[in-house]
Amino acid sequence: MSKNDLLSRIILPLLTFIAIVALWAELSAYIENLPSPHDVWLAAFGGITPDGDVITGVLTDPFYINSDEDKGIFWQVLASLERVLAGFVLAIVVGVPLGLAIGMSKKVFYALNPYIQILKPVSPLAWLPLFLLIFQAINPTAIATIFITSIWPIISNTILGVQNVNKDYINVARILKFSPIEMVYQIMLPVAVPYIFTGMRLSLGIAWIVIVAAEMLTGGTGIGFWIWDEYNNLNYPNIIVGIIIVGIVGWILDTVMGKISDFFDYRKRGTAS
Amino acid sequence: MKNKFLVLENVEKRFPVPGKKDYVAVTGVNLEIQKDEIVSIIGHSGCGKSTLLNMISGLDMQTSGHIFLKGKEITGPGPDRAVVFQNHSLLPWLTVYDNIEMAVKKVMPELSSKELRERVEKFINLVNLGPAKDKYPGEISGGMKQRVGIARALSIKPDVLLMDEPFGALDSLTRANLQDHLMRIQQKVKNTVVIITHDVDEAVLLSDRVIMMTNGPAATIGEILEVNLERPRDRVALQEDHEYIRCREAILEFLYKKFAKEDE
Ligand SMILES: Nc1ncnc2c1ncn2[C@@H]1O[C@H](COP(=O)(O)OP(=O)(O)O)[C@@H](O)[C@H]1O
Ligand SMILES: [Mg+2]
Repeated sequence: MSKNDLLSRIILPLLTFIAIVALWAELSAYIENLPSPHDVWLAAFGGITPDGDVITGVLTDPFYINSDEDKGIFWQVLASLERVLAGFVLAIVVGVPLGLAIGMSKKVFYALNPYIQILKPVSPLAWLPLFLLIFQAINPTAIATIFITSIWPIISNTILGVQNVNKDYINVARILKFSPIEMVYQIMLPVAVPYIFTGMRLSLGIAWIVIVAAEMLTGGTGIGFWIWDEYNNLNYPNIIVGIIIVGIVGWILDTVMGKISDFFDYRKRGTAS
Repeated sequence: MKNKFLVLENVEKRFPVPGKKDYVAVTGVNLEIQKDEIVSIIGHSGCGKSTLLNMISGLDMQTSGHIFLKGKEITGPGPDRAVVFQNHSLLPWLTVYDNIEMAVKKVMPELSSKELRERVEKFINLVNLGPAKDKYPGEISGGMKQRVGIARALSIKPDVLLMDEPFGALDSLTRANLQDHLMRIQQKVKNTVVIITHDVDEAVLLSDRVIMMTNGPAATIGEILEVNLERPRDRVALQEDHEYIRCREAILEFLYKKFAKEDE
Protein backbone atom coordinates (compact mmCIF):
# COMPACT_ATOMS: atom_id res chain seq x y z
CA MET A 1 0.00 0.00 0.00
CA SER A 2 1.45 3.39 -0.93
CA LYS A 3 1.85 6.13 1.63
CA ASN A 4 -0.73 8.18 -0.20
CA ASP A 5 -3.22 5.33 -0.07
CA LEU A 6 -2.63 4.78 3.63
CA LEU A 7 -3.22 8.45 4.30
CA SER A 8 -6.49 8.33 2.37
CA ARG A 9 -7.57 5.31 4.32
CA ILE A 10 -7.23 7.21 7.58
CA ILE A 11 -8.04 10.75 6.59
CA LEU A 12 -11.11 10.10 4.45
CA PRO A 13 -13.04 8.14 7.11
CA LEU A 14 -12.11 10.81 9.65
CA LEU A 15 -13.54 13.50 7.42
CA THR A 16 -16.74 11.51 6.96
CA PHE A 17 -16.91 11.05 10.71
CA ILE A 18 -16.61 14.77 11.37
CA ALA A 19 -19.28 15.52 8.75
CA ILE A 20 -21.69 12.98 10.23
CA VAL A 21 -21.21 14.18 13.80
CA ALA A 22 -21.66 17.81 12.72
CA LEU A 23 -24.86 17.03 10.84
CA TRP A 24 -26.13 14.93 13.74
CA ALA A 25 -25.35 17.69 16.27
CA GLU A 26 -27.25 20.15 14.11
CA LEU A 27 -30.25 17.82 13.76
CA SER A 28 -30.37 17.09 17.48
CA ALA A 29 -30.72 20.80 18.15
CA TYR A 30 -33.97 20.81 16.17
CA ILE A 31 -35.38 17.38 16.99
CA GLU A 32 -36.37 17.34 20.61
CA ASN A 33 -35.91 13.68 21.50
CA LEU A 34 -32.86 13.03 19.33
CA PRO A 35 -29.84 12.75 21.66
CA SER A 36 -26.87 14.88 20.68
CA PRO A 37 -23.41 13.42 20.02
CA HIS A 38 -22.33 14.74 23.40
CA ASP A 39 -25.25 13.02 25.16
CA VAL A 40 -24.26 9.77 23.53
CA TRP A 41 -20.61 10.23 24.46
CA LEU A 42 -21.62 10.75 28.08
CA ALA A 43 -23.98 7.79 27.95
CA ALA A 44 -21.17 5.63 26.69
CA PHE A 45 -18.17 6.75 28.69
CA GLY A 46 -19.68 8.72 31.59
CA GLY A 47 -18.74 12.19 32.79
CA ILE A 48 -20.39 15.37 34.00
CA THR A 49 -23.61 16.47 32.30
CA PRO A 50 -24.29 20.14 31.41
CA ASP A 51 -26.57 20.17 34.49
CA GLY A 52 -23.63 19.22 36.69
CA ASP A 53 -24.70 15.62 37.39
CA VAL A 54 -21.99 12.93 37.37
CA ILE A 55 -23.13 9.86 35.42
CA THR A 56 -21.48 6.53 34.74
CA GLY A 57 -21.37 5.38 31.15
CA VAL A 58 -22.52 2.11 29.67
CA LEU A 59 -18.92 1.28 28.79
CA THR A 60 -17.38 2.52 32.06
CA ASP A 61 -18.15 -0.78 33.74
CA PRO A 62 -19.46 -3.19 31.15
CA PHE A 63 -18.93 -6.21 33.41
CA TYR A 64 -21.08 -5.33 36.43
CA ILE A 65 -23.74 -7.70 37.74
CA ASN A 66 -26.31 -6.30 40.15
CA SER A 67 -28.98 -8.91 39.70
CA ASP A 68 -30.20 -11.33 37.06
CA GLU A 69 -32.09 -8.51 35.42
CA ASP A 70 -29.47 -5.81 35.89
CA LYS A 71 -26.17 -6.64 34.21
CA GLY A 72 -23.48 -4.71 32.33
CA ILE A 73 -23.53 -4.29 28.57
CA PHE A 74 -20.88 -6.97 28.12
CA TRP A 75 -23.27 -9.59 29.50
CA GLN A 76 -26.07 -8.37 27.27
CA VAL A 77 -23.92 -8.70 24.17
CA LEU A 78 -22.65 -12.07 25.38
CA ALA A 79 -26.19 -13.37 25.87
CA SER A 80 -27.07 -12.38 22.30
CA LEU A 81 -23.87 -13.86 20.92
CA GLU A 82 -24.50 -17.14 22.71
CA ARG A 83 -27.95 -17.43 21.18
CA VAL A 84 -26.69 -16.55 17.73
CA LEU A 85 -23.88 -19.06 18.00
CA ALA A 86 -26.13 -21.84 19.29
CA GLY A 87 -28.72 -21.35 16.55
CA PHE A 88 -26.02 -20.91 13.94
CA VAL A 89 -24.14 -24.09 14.88
CA LEU A 90 -27.41 -26.01 14.91
CA ALA A 91 -28.16 -24.67 11.43
CA ILE A 92 -24.77 -25.84 10.18
CA VAL A 93 -25.20 -29.29 11.69
CA VAL A 94 -28.57 -29.71 10.00
CA GLY A 95 -28.09 -27.55 6.90
CA VAL A 96 -24.80 -28.87 5.52
CA PRO A 97 -25.77 -32.57 5.38
CA LEU A 98 -29.17 -31.57 4.01
CA GLY A 99 -27.56 -29.42 1.33
CA LEU A 100 -25.15 -32.21 0.43
CA ALA A 101 -28.00 -34.70 0.12
CA ILE A 102 -30.09 -32.33 -2.01
CA GLY A 103 -27.10 -31.43 -4.20
CA MET A 104 -26.04 -35.03 -4.76
CA SER A 105 -29.42 -36.67 -5.28
CA LYS A 106 -32.07 -35.57 -7.73
CA LYS A 107 -34.68 -37.51 -5.75
CA VAL A 108 -33.95 -35.71 -2.50
CA PHE A 109 -33.98 -32.46 -4.45
CA TYR A 110 -37.43 -33.14 -5.89
CA ALA A 111 -38.74 -34.19 -2.48
CA LEU A 112 -37.55 -31.15 -0.54
CA ASN A 113 -37.08 -28.26 -2.91
CA PRO A 114 -40.72 -27.00 -3.02
CA TYR A 115 -40.83 -26.66 0.76
CA ILE A 116 -37.49 -24.92 0.93
CA GLN A 117 -38.69 -22.43 -1.67
CA ILE A 118 -41.86 -21.75 0.34
CA LEU A 119 -40.22 -21.49 3.74
CA LYS A 120 -37.17 -19.49 2.68
CA PRO A 121 -38.99 -16.16 2.15
CA VAL A 122 -40.80 -16.33 5.52
CA SER A 123 -39.44 -13.76 7.96
CA PRO A 124 -37.74 -15.59 10.83
CA LEU A 125 -39.71 -13.35 13.20
CA ALA A 126 -42.95 -14.92 11.96
CA TRP A 127 -41.72 -18.17 13.46
CA LEU A 128 -40.99 -16.56 16.81
CA PRO A 129 -44.50 -16.73 18.34
CA LEU A 130 -44.74 -20.35 17.30
CA PHE A 131 -41.46 -21.18 18.98
CA LEU A 132 -42.55 -19.24 22.06
CA LEU A 133 -45.70 -21.35 22.19
CA ILE A 134 -43.71 -24.54 21.87
CA PHE A 135 -40.82 -23.77 24.21
CA GLN A 136 -42.46 -21.34 26.68
CA ALA A 137 -39.00 -19.95 27.38
CA ILE A 138 -36.86 -17.16 26.00
CA ASN A 139 -33.57 -18.89 25.24
CA PRO A 140 -34.79 -21.85 23.20
CA THR A 141 -37.17 -19.53 21.35
CA ALA A 142 -34.39 -17.15 20.37
CA ILE A 143 -32.09 -20.02 19.42
CA ALA A 144 -34.78 -21.66 17.28
CA THR A 145 -35.46 -18.34 15.57
CA ILE A 146 -31.75 -17.95 14.76
CA PHE A 147 -31.67 -21.55 13.56
CA ILE A 148 -34.47 -20.93 11.09
CA THR A 149 -32.78 -17.68 10.03
CA SER A 150 -29.40 -19.29 9.41
CA ILE A 151 -30.37 -22.50 7.77
CA TRP A 152 -31.52 -21.23 4.34
CA PRO A 153 -28.32 -19.59 3.13
CA ILE A 154 -26.36 -22.58 4.42
CA ILE A 155 -28.55 -25.05 2.53
CA SER A 156 -28.56 -23.00 -0.69
CA ASN A 157 -24.83 -22.47 -0.69
CA THR A 158 -24.06 -26.10 0.11
CA ILE A 159 -26.20 -27.13 -2.86
CA LEU A 160 -24.42 -24.57 -5.03
CA GLY A 161 -21.08 -25.96 -3.88
CA VAL A 162 -22.03 -29.52 -4.77
CA GLN A 163 -23.31 -28.39 -8.16
CA ASN A 164 -19.94 -26.81 -8.80
CA VAL A 165 -18.07 -30.09 -8.52
CA ASN A 166 -16.37 -30.63 -11.86
CA LYS A 167 -17.58 -33.76 -13.64
CA ASP A 168 -13.97 -34.79 -14.24
CA TYR A 169 -13.37 -34.99 -10.49
CA ILE A 170 -16.37 -37.27 -10.13
CA ASN A 171 -15.07 -39.42 -12.97
CA VAL A 172 -11.69 -39.69 -11.25
CA ALA A 173 -13.49 -40.83 -8.11
CA ARG A 174 -15.56 -43.33 -10.09
CA ILE A 175 -12.46 -44.83 -11.69
CA LEU A 176 -10.84 -45.16 -8.26
CA LYS A 177 -14.09 -46.70 -7.00
CA PHE A 178 -14.66 -44.27 -4.16
CA SER A 179 -17.47 -45.18 -1.79
CA PRO A 180 -20.22 -42.57 -1.35
CA ILE A 181 -18.61 -41.53 1.95
CA GLU A 182 -15.19 -41.11 0.33
CA MET A 183 -16.87 -39.18 -2.47
CA VAL A 184 -18.32 -36.74 0.06
CA TYR A 185 -15.16 -36.27 2.09
CA GLN A 186 -12.57 -36.31 -0.67
CA ILE A 187 -14.38 -34.66 -3.58
CA MET A 188 -17.65 -32.93 -2.65
CA LEU A 189 -16.62 -31.24 0.58
CA PRO A 190 -13.31 -29.77 -0.60
CA VAL A 191 -15.12 -28.13 -3.53
CA ALA A 192 -18.20 -27.19 -1.53
CA VAL A 193 -16.51 -25.90 1.62
CA PRO A 194 -15.73 -22.42 0.27
CA TYR A 195 -19.36 -22.12 -0.84
CA ILE A 196 -20.59 -23.42 2.50
CA PHE A 197 -18.50 -20.81 4.28
CA THR A 198 -19.93 -18.09 2.08
CA GLY A 199 -23.36 -19.31 3.15
CA MET A 200 -22.29 -19.39 6.78
CA ARG A 201 -20.99 -15.85 6.55
CA LEU A 202 -24.28 -14.67 5.06
CA SER A 203 -26.20 -16.57 7.73
CA LEU A 204 -24.22 -15.16 10.58
CA GLY A 205 -24.74 -11.63 9.29
CA ILE A 206 -28.51 -12.08 9.04
CA ALA A 207 -28.61 -13.91 12.37
CA TRP A 208 -27.00 -10.97 14.10
CA ILE A 209 -29.55 -8.67 12.53
CA VAL A 210 -32.46 -10.90 13.52
CA ILE A 211 -31.36 -11.53 17.11
CA VAL A 212 -31.76 -7.84 17.98
CA ALA A 213 -35.34 -7.82 16.78
CA ALA A 214 -36.07 -11.21 18.32
CA GLU A 215 -34.86 -10.12 21.73
CA MET A 216 -37.02 -7.01 21.61
CA LEU A 217 -39.97 -9.38 21.28
CA THR A 218 -38.89 -12.04 23.77
CA GLY A 219 -37.55 -9.72 26.48
CA GLY A 220 -35.26 -10.93 29.25
CA THR A 221 -31.60 -10.36 28.42
CA GLY A 222 -29.59 -9.61 25.33
CA ILE A 223 -28.54 -6.49 23.49
CA GLY A 224 -31.81 -6.27 21.57
CA PHE A 225 -33.86 -6.32 24.73
CA TRP A 226 -31.44 -3.89 26.36
CA ILE A 227 -31.95 -1.32 23.58
CA TRP A 228 -35.74 -1.70 23.85
CA ASP A 229 -35.54 -1.44 27.63
CA GLU A 230 -33.49 1.76 27.42
CA TYR A 231 -36.24 3.18 25.21
CA ASN A 232 -38.85 2.27 27.81
CA ASN A 233 -36.67 3.79 30.55
CA LEU A 234 -36.39 7.01 28.53
CA ASN A 235 -32.58 6.59 28.33
CA TYR A 236 -32.56 7.69 24.71
CA PRO A 237 -28.79 8.24 24.32
CA ASN A 238 -28.28 4.57 25.23
CA ILE A 239 -30.26 3.52 22.17
CA ILE A 240 -27.59 5.04 19.98
CA VAL A 241 -24.83 3.51 22.12
CA GLY A 242 -26.58 0.17 21.57
CA ILE A 243 -26.78 0.69 17.82
CA ILE A 244 -23.07 1.42 17.62
CA ILE A 245 -22.20 -1.63 19.74
CA VAL A 246 -24.40 -3.88 17.59
CA GLY A 247 -22.70 -2.51 14.49
CA ILE A 248 -19.19 -3.05 15.79
CA VAL A 249 -19.90 -6.57 17.03
CA GLY A 250 -21.52 -7.44 13.70
CA TRP A 251 -18.50 -6.13 11.86
CA ILE A 252 -16.14 -8.20 14.03
CA LEU A 253 -18.25 -11.33 13.47
CA ASP A 254 -18.15 -10.82 9.72
CA THR A 255 -14.39 -10.21 9.68
CA VAL A 256 -13.65 -13.29 11.78
CA MET A 257 -15.96 -15.41 9.64
CA GLY A 258 -14.26 -14.07 6.51
CA LYS A 259 -10.83 -15.03 7.83
CA ILE A 260 -12.01 -18.52 8.77
CA SER A 261 -13.60 -19.02 5.37
CA ASP A 262 -10.42 -17.91 3.56
CA PHE A 263 -8.49 -20.43 5.63
CA PHE A 264 -10.66 -23.27 4.37
CA ASP A 265 -10.71 -22.10 0.74
CA TYR A 266 -8.19 -24.11 -1.27
CA ARG A 267 -8.35 -21.49 -4.01
CA LYS A 268 -6.80 -18.96 -1.63
CA ARG A 269 -4.10 -21.36 -0.45
CA GLY A 270 -1.86 -22.53 -3.34
CA THR A 271 -1.42 -19.09 -4.80
CA ALA A 272 -0.36 -17.46 -1.55
CA SER A 273 2.44 -19.89 -0.65
CA MET B 1 -11.44 -64.31 -27.33
CA LYS B 2 -10.17 -65.80 -24.06
CA ASN B 3 -6.51 -64.80 -24.55
CA LYS B 4 -7.17 -61.51 -26.27
CA PHE B 5 -6.39 -58.46 -24.17
CA LEU B 6 -8.91 -55.74 -24.94
CA VAL B 7 -11.77 -56.70 -27.24
CA LEU B 8 -14.64 -54.61 -28.58
CA GLU B 9 -17.45 -56.62 -30.14
CA ASN B 10 -20.06 -54.94 -32.29
CA VAL B 11 -20.21 -51.94 -30.00
CA GLU B 12 -22.90 -49.35 -30.55
CA LYS B 13 -23.82 -46.20 -28.66
CA ARG B 14 -27.10 -44.36 -29.07
CA PHE B 15 -28.02 -41.17 -27.28
CA PRO B 16 -31.71 -40.58 -26.67
CA VAL B 17 -33.02 -37.39 -28.25
CA PRO B 18 -36.24 -36.10 -26.70
CA GLY B 19 -39.15 -36.38 -29.11
CA LYS B 20 -37.01 -37.83 -31.91
CA LYS B 21 -35.25 -41.01 -32.88
CA ASP B 22 -32.09 -41.86 -30.94
CA TYR B 23 -28.87 -40.32 -32.17
CA VAL B 24 -26.53 -43.16 -33.17
CA ALA B 25 -23.07 -41.90 -32.29
CA VAL B 26 -20.99 -45.00 -33.05
CA THR B 27 -22.00 -48.38 -34.38
CA GLY B 28 -20.50 -51.72 -35.40
CA VAL B 29 -17.18 -51.17 -33.72
CA ASN B 30 -15.05 -54.33 -33.69
CA LEU B 31 -11.51 -54.06 -32.42
CA GLU B 32 -8.84 -56.14 -30.73
CA ILE B 33 -5.99 -54.53 -28.91
CA GLN B 34 -2.91 -56.50 -27.82
CA LYS B 35 -1.16 -56.21 -24.50
CA ASP B 36 1.47 -53.43 -24.41
CA GLU B 37 0.25 -52.06 -27.70
CA ILE B 38 -0.16 -48.34 -28.26
CA VAL B 39 -3.20 -47.66 -30.35
CA SER B 40 -4.44 -44.26 -31.35
CA ILE B 41 -7.90 -43.37 -32.50
CA ILE B 42 -8.15 -40.53 -34.97
CA GLY B 43 -11.17 -38.93 -36.60
CA HIS B 44 -12.86 -35.62 -37.14
CA SER B 45 -14.27 -33.94 -34.10
CA GLY B 46 -17.73 -35.16 -33.14
CA CYS B 47 -17.27 -38.55 -34.76
CA GLY B 48 -17.51 -40.40 -31.45
CA LYS B 49 -13.93 -40.88 -30.28
CA SER B 50 -14.66 -39.80 -26.71
CA THR B 51 -17.83 -41.84 -26.73
CA LEU B 52 -15.81 -44.91 -27.63
CA LEU B 53 -13.18 -44.24 -24.97
CA ASN B 54 -15.83 -43.63 -22.31
CA MET B 55 -17.31 -47.02 -23.04
CA ILE B 56 -13.92 -48.69 -22.62
CA SER B 57 -13.38 -46.83 -19.36
CA GLY B 58 -16.89 -47.81 -18.24
CA LEU B 59 -17.75 -44.21 -17.38
CA ASP B 60 -20.51 -44.56 -19.96
CA MET B 61 -22.10 -47.81 -21.16
CA GLN B 62 -22.63 -48.96 -24.73
CA THR B 63 -26.24 -49.48 -25.79
CA SER B 64 -25.37 -52.74 -27.48
CA GLY B 65 -22.33 -54.94 -28.04
CA HIS B 66 -19.67 -56.07 -25.61
CA ILE B 67 -16.30 -54.93 -24.36
CA PHE B 68 -13.95 -57.41 -22.71
CA LEU B 69 -10.72 -56.78 -20.87
CA LYS B 70 -8.61 -59.88 -20.21
CA GLY B 71 -11.66 -61.99 -20.99
CA LYS B 72 -13.89 -60.21 -18.49
CA GLU B 73 -16.78 -58.05 -19.63
CA ILE B 74 -16.59 -54.39 -18.65
CA THR B 75 -19.58 -53.29 -16.61
CA GLY B 76 -18.41 -50.01 -15.11
CA PRO B 77 -15.40 -47.87 -14.33
CA GLY B 78 -12.46 -49.29 -12.40
CA PRO B 79 -8.80 -48.66 -11.66
CA ASP B 80 -7.73 -51.31 -14.16
CA ARG B 81 -8.56 -48.70 -16.84
CA ALA B 82 -6.97 -45.41 -15.87
CA VAL B 83 -8.01 -42.32 -17.80
CA VAL B 84 -6.03 -39.18 -18.57
CA PHE B 85 -8.54 -36.48 -19.36
CA GLN B 86 -7.98 -33.55 -21.65
CA ASN B 87 -8.40 -31.13 -18.76
CA HIS B 88 -5.95 -32.96 -16.49
CA SER B 89 -8.64 -33.30 -13.78
CA LEU B 90 -6.18 -33.01 -10.91
CA LEU B 91 -7.83 -32.13 -7.63
CA PRO B 92 -6.84 -28.49 -7.14
CA TRP B 93 -6.89 -28.64 -3.35
CA LEU B 94 -4.22 -31.36 -3.29
CA THR B 95 -0.53 -30.98 -4.09
CA VAL B 96 1.05 -32.93 -6.93
CA TYR B 97 2.25 -35.48 -4.38
CA ASP B 98 -1.13 -35.76 -2.67
CA ASN B 99 -2.99 -36.12 -5.95
CA ILE B 100 -0.96 -39.22 -6.78
CA GLU B 101 -0.94 -40.49 -3.21
CA MET B 102 -4.73 -40.29 -3.05
CA ALA B 103 -5.00 -42.63 -6.04
CA VAL B 104 -2.33 -45.11 -4.93
CA LYS B 105 -3.71 -45.24 -1.39
CA LYS B 106 -7.16 -46.09 -2.65
CA VAL B 107 -6.13 -48.72 -5.18
CA MET B 108 -3.33 -50.30 -3.11
CA PRO B 109 -4.50 -50.06 0.50
CA GLU B 110 -2.18 -52.89 1.48
CA LEU B 111 0.97 -50.79 1.02
CA SER B 112 2.89 -49.75 4.13
CA SER B 113 3.43 -46.02 4.52
CA LYS B 114 7.02 -46.43 3.36
CA GLU B 115 6.00 -48.42 0.29
CA LEU B 116 3.30 -45.89 -0.43
CA ARG B 117 5.74 -43.00 -0.31
CA GLU B 118 8.24 -44.85 -2.48
CA ARG B 119 5.63 -45.65 -5.07
CA VAL B 120 4.31 -42.09 -5.24
CA GLU B 121 7.84 -40.69 -5.57
CA LYS B 122 8.74 -43.26 -8.20
CA PHE B 123 5.93 -42.04 -10.44
CA ILE B 124 6.62 -38.39 -9.74
CA ASN B 125 10.19 -39.01 -10.83
CA LEU B 126 9.04 -40.98 -13.85
CA VAL B 127 7.61 -37.76 -15.28
CA ASN B 128 10.50 -35.65 -13.92
CA LEU B 129 8.36 -33.70 -11.49
CA GLY B 130 10.42 -34.17 -8.32
CA PRO B 131 10.99 -30.44 -7.79
CA ALA B 132 7.27 -29.66 -8.21
CA LYS B 133 5.86 -32.36 -5.97
CA ASP B 134 4.72 -30.01 -3.21
CA LYS B 135 3.11 -27.52 -5.59
CA TYR B 136 -0.61 -27.20 -6.17
CA PRO B 137 -2.01 -27.77 -9.67
CA GLY B 138 -2.77 -24.05 -9.89
CA GLU B 139 0.92 -23.30 -9.55
CA ILE B 140 2.28 -25.43 -12.38
CA SER B 141 2.05 -25.21 -16.17
CA GLY B 142 -0.48 -27.05 -18.31
CA GLY B 143 2.17 -29.45 -19.57
CA MET B 144 3.28 -30.28 -16.04
CA LYS B 145 -0.31 -30.83 -14.96
CA GLN B 146 -0.79 -33.29 -17.78
CA ARG B 147 2.40 -35.09 -16.72
CA VAL B 148 0.99 -35.40 -13.20
CA GLY B 149 -2.20 -36.76 -14.76
CA ILE B 150 -0.15 -39.40 -16.57
CA ALA B 151 1.84 -40.22 -13.43
CA ARG B 152 -1.35 -40.56 -11.41
CA ALA B 153 -2.92 -42.80 -14.06
CA LEU B 154 0.13 -45.06 -14.26
CA SER B 155 0.69 -45.17 -10.50
CA ILE B 156 -2.38 -47.34 -9.99
CA LYS B 157 -0.92 -49.99 -12.32
CA PRO B 158 -3.79 -50.06 -14.79
CA ASP B 159 -4.13 -52.76 -17.44
CA VAL B 160 -4.99 -50.08 -19.97
CA LEU B 161 -4.13 -46.41 -20.05
CA LEU B 162 -6.87 -44.42 -21.78
CA MET B 163 -6.09 -40.91 -22.95
CA ASP B 164 -8.65 -38.53 -24.43
CA GLU B 165 -6.79 -35.90 -26.46
CA PRO B 166 -4.36 -35.59 -23.57
CA PHE B 167 -2.21 -32.97 -25.24
CA GLY B 168 -4.93 -31.22 -27.20
CA ALA B 169 -5.00 -28.15 -24.99
CA LEU B 170 -1.24 -27.59 -25.07
CA ASP B 171 0.97 -25.53 -27.38
CA SER B 172 2.93 -27.49 -29.96
CA LEU B 173 6.31 -27.36 -28.20
CA THR B 174 4.86 -28.57 -24.91
CA ARG B 175 2.91 -31.15 -26.82
CA ALA B 176 6.10 -32.51 -28.46
CA ASN B 177 7.77 -32.60 -25.08
CA LEU B 178 4.92 -34.63 -23.61
CA GLN B 179 4.89 -37.01 -26.53
CA ASP B 180 8.58 -37.67 -25.89
CA HIS B 181 7.82 -38.19 -22.20
CA LEU B 182 5.15 -40.70 -23.06
CA MET B 183 7.42 -42.62 -25.43
CA ARG B 184 10.24 -42.64 -22.89
CA ILE B 185 7.89 -43.93 -20.20
CA GLN B 186 6.64 -46.61 -22.56
CA GLN B 187 10.25 -47.77 -23.15
CA LYS B 188 10.72 -48.08 -19.39
CA VAL B 189 7.41 -49.55 -18.27
CA LYS B 190 5.29 -51.22 -20.92
CA ASN B 191 1.64 -50.26 -20.91
CA THR B 192 -1.33 -50.87 -23.09
CA VAL B 193 -2.38 -47.42 -24.25
CA VAL B 194 -5.38 -46.17 -26.17
CA ILE B 195 -4.94 -42.54 -27.10
CA ILE B 196 -7.41 -40.29 -28.86
CA THR B 197 -6.00 -37.59 -31.03
CA HIS B 198 -6.83 -35.45 -33.99
CA ASP B 199 -3.18 -34.77 -34.72
CA VAL B 200 -1.81 -36.85 -37.59
CA ASP B 201 1.85 -36.59 -36.57
CA GLU B 202 1.03 -37.47 -33.00
CA ALA B 203 -0.84 -40.55 -34.12
CA VAL B 204 2.01 -41.84 -36.28
CA LEU B 205 4.75 -40.95 -33.83
CA LEU B 206 3.18 -42.64 -30.83
CA SER B 207 1.27 -45.60 -32.16
CA ASP B 208 1.75 -49.18 -33.19
CA ARG B 209 -1.61 -48.94 -34.93
CA VAL B 210 -3.82 -46.04 -35.90
CA ILE B 211 -7.58 -46.58 -35.87
CA MET B 212 -9.28 -44.21 -38.29
CA MET B 213 -12.92 -43.44 -37.70
CA THR B 214 -15.52 -42.44 -40.24
CA ASN B 215 -17.70 -39.41 -39.63
CA GLY B 216 -20.81 -39.50 -37.48
CA PRO B 217 -23.67 -40.08 -37.14
CA ALA B 218 -23.24 -43.85 -36.94
CA ALA B 219 -19.47 -43.56 -37.08
CA THR B 220 -17.41 -46.71 -37.16
CA ILE B 221 -13.87 -47.87 -37.80
CA GLY B 222 -12.94 -46.99 -41.39
CA GLU B 223 -9.40 -48.26 -41.68
CA ILE B 224 -6.67 -49.54 -39.41
CA LEU B 225 -3.10 -48.58 -40.18
CA GLU B 226 -0.05 -50.47 -38.92
CA VAL B 227 2.91 -48.26 -38.14
CA ASN B 228 6.02 -50.33 -38.69
CA LEU B 229 8.59 -48.06 -37.09
CA GLU B 230 11.31 -49.16 -34.68
CA ARG B 231 11.37 -47.79 -31.16
CA PRO B 232 12.70 -45.61 -29.70
CA ARG B 233 11.47 -43.18 -32.30
CA ASP B 234 13.07 -39.86 -32.99
CA ARG B 235 10.73 -37.18 -34.24
CA VAL B 236 13.40 -35.35 -36.24
CA ALA B 237 14.88 -38.40 -37.95
CA LEU B 238 11.38 -39.66 -38.77
CA GLN B 239 10.61 -36.69 -40.99
CA GLU B 240 12.70 -38.36 -43.73
CA ASP B 241 11.62 -41.92 -43.02
CA HIS B 242 9.68 -43.62 -45.81
CA GLU B 243 7.43 -45.59 -43.48
CA TYR B 244 6.63 -42.46 -41.50
CA ILE B 245 5.78 -40.56 -44.65
CA ARG B 246 3.67 -43.46 -45.92
CA CYS B 247 1.67 -43.58 -42.68
CA ARG B 248 1.16 -39.83 -42.60
CA GLU B 249 -0.10 -39.81 -46.14
CA ALA B 250 -2.43 -42.73 -45.52
CA ILE B 251 -4.07 -40.92 -42.62
CA LEU B 252 -4.26 -37.60 -44.45
CA GLU B 253 -5.79 -39.37 -47.40
CA PHE B 254 -8.40 -40.97 -45.14
CA LEU B 255 -9.24 -37.81 -43.23
CA TYR B 256 -9.22 -35.27 -46.02
CA LYS B 257 -10.12 -37.27 -49.14
CA LYS B 258 -12.23 -40.25 -48.19
CA PHE B 259 -13.91 -38.75 -45.14
CA ALA B 260 -13.44 -35.06 -45.51
CA LYS B 261 -15.70 -32.96 -43.35
CA GLU B 262 -17.25 -29.97 -45.06
CA ASP B 263 -18.00 -27.76 -42.12
CA GLU B 264 -14.54 -27.67 -40.58
N1 LIG C 1 -24.39 -37.23 -23.62
C1 LIG C 1 -24.68 -37.06 -24.94
N2 LIG C 1 -25.94 -36.86 -25.33
C2 LIG C 1 -26.23 -36.67 -26.63
N3 LIG C 1 -25.34 -36.68 -27.62
C3 LIG C 1 -24.05 -36.86 -27.29
C4 LIG C 1 -23.65 -37.05 -25.93
N4 LIG C 1 -22.30 -37.19 -25.90
C5 LIG C 1 -21.89 -37.11 -27.18
N5 LIG C 1 -22.93 -36.90 -28.02
C6 LIG C 1 -22.86 -36.79 -29.47
O1 LIG C 1 -22.17 -37.90 -29.97
C7 LIG C 1 -21.27 -37.52 -30.99
C8 LIG C 1 -19.87 -37.97 -30.67
O2 LIG C 1 -19.37 -37.18 -29.59
P1 LIG C 1 -17.89 -37.39 -29.05
O3 LIG C 1 -17.67 -38.81 -28.75
O4 LIG C 1 -17.71 -36.44 -27.95
O5 LIG C 1 -17.00 -36.95 -30.30
P2 LIG C 1 -15.43 -36.74 -30.42
O6 LIG C 1 -14.83 -37.08 -29.11
O7 LIG C 1 -15.00 -37.62 -31.51
O8 LIG C 1 -15.22 -35.32 -30.78
C9 LIG C 1 -21.41 -36.02 -31.15
O9 LIG C 1 -22.24 -35.76 -32.25
C10 LIG C 1 -22.06 -35.57 -29.88
O10 LIG C 1 -22.88 -34.48 -30.11
MG1 LIG D 1 -13.77 -35.82 -27.72
